[in-house]
Amino acid sequence: MKKLITALFTPFAFGTAILLAAAIAVAEPKISTLRGSANLDAEEQAPRMGKIENHDQKRQRAYPQQPPTIPHDITGYQVDKNFNKCLDCHARTKADESQAPMVSITHFMNSEGQFLADVTPARYFCNQCHVPQMDVKPMVENQFVDMDNLINTDK
Amino acid sequence: MSKIIHLWKSYWRILTRPSVHYSLGFLTIGGFLMGIVFWGGFNTAMEYTNTEEFCVGCHEMRENVFAELKTTIHYSNRSGVRAVCSDCHVPHDWTNKMARKMAASKEVWGKLFGTINTKEKFEAKRRELAEHEWARLKANDSLECRNCHNFDSMDFTRQSERASDQHSSALANGDKTCIDCHKGIAHKLPDMAGIH
Ligand code: HEC
Ligand code: HEC
Ligand code: HEC
Repeated sequence: MKKLITALFTPFAFGTAILLAAAIAVAEPKISTLRGSANLDAEEQAPRMGKIENHDQKRQRAYPQQPPTIPHDITGYQVDKNFNKCLDCHARTKADESQAPMVSITHFMNSEGQFLADVTPARYFCNQCHVPQMDVKPMVENQFVDMDNLINTDK
Repeated sequence: MSKIIHLWKSYWRILTRPSVHYSLGFLTIGGFLMGIVFWGGFNTAMEYTNTEEFCVGCHEMRENVFAELKTTIHYSNRSGVRAVCSDCHVPHDWTNKMARKMAASKEVWGKLFGTINTKEKFEAKRRELAEHEWARLKANDSLECRNCHNFDSMDFTRQSERASDQHSSALANGDKTCIDCHKGIAHKLPDMAGIH
């Protein structure tokens, strides 16, 4: 009887030990999650905020259809049902005074292909496509290749 | 009864010909001191209505405009200088201040009788309230802004290009004043239909 118990128990004990070792190995974080390496009940110090580029200089677009990035700070700009601060300068009727580029005419076309008198509701929330840029080191390497370069290297 | 009449008569005499009973010096100084007490009390009360504590004492202000102000540069910024309600909403000189206080009693009236006691009612009334402030700031050439932002001390070379372009043209030549271009710098704007 004793032998039988030992025979049954030994593999079980081994298995548990292996599982335990594996569990310890997993608990040791190898990859950094968004939360960082802080314990569950602790909070990492937030990284410093980057500086928003505010030079008002147009940037090159990476491909023709790319929504242009915003070359200035937009902190605190209100864009909601009541008011759209972007259109305060970029609206058709404001561009002369502000000398800001008018919103693209494509933004006046609704989903049925009809041109409206003003920006179509589908295009109202500018920041869905247009964003400012920060002066920071990219978190991951960018392997994007410009179309022109791609064509040239293929030849 | 006759005693009361007698007392009244003697008081009346004092009141109508005071210098018979009290020296002119006493009266002058006494009057002066009482003046200080009443004037001081009045002004202290007035000062109190200028504090943020008073302004956000009611939930209408605390939950709407004050909550919004907190997210703006006029509440928290890198230099730690901030604006309180009265900096922008109460004129500094006395006559204008009193005029604004009288107008503000209307808002207190609104509080008492609940014309803006819910978020919805406040939002519905908001354009009108905002228009009053714009009209006031337009009329006084944005005096309250200029109490802190001195045009002559603005260094255009340190401003963004967009800012210095506008400030050196439309602002410098007097075509426009701060509030023409900087609406909604302290609170969320109401429905701006018709503005653009
Ligand atoms: C009590 C003083 C005070 C008053 C009154 C005041 N401001 Fe300011 N304002 C400041 C301070 C302080 C800053 C932040 C400066 C900084 O740290 O860059 C500021 C910043 C600003 C900015 C810059 C916003 C940004 O995002 O960079 C604008 C625009 C502005 N104020 C407009 C106004 C207007 C318009 C008024 C009048 C309705 C006004 N201010 C009244 C003190 C004041
Ligand atoms: C003709 C329009 C116009 C007028 C009038 C005007 N501003 Fe501006 N101001 C701008 C624009 C445009 C910007 C930059 C964009 C932004 O921050 O919204 C700006 C930016 C600012 C800034 C931030 C500076 C920076 O480098 O970004 C301050 C502070 C400021 N304005 C204060 C004032 C004050 C105070 C007055 C009144 C004495 C005033 N402005 C009048 C258009 C104007
Ligand atoms: C930096 C200046 C500034 C400060 C500080 C400020 N306000 Fe205002 N306030 C304005 C301006 C300008 C308007 C006109 C509407 C607009 O442009 O947003 C306004 C409008 C209002 C209105 C009318 C409703 C509306 O939203 O338009 C109320 C009520 C109000 N303010 C209350 C307050 C209270 C309460 C405080 C303090 C917690 C305060 N304000 C602080 C500038 C300021």
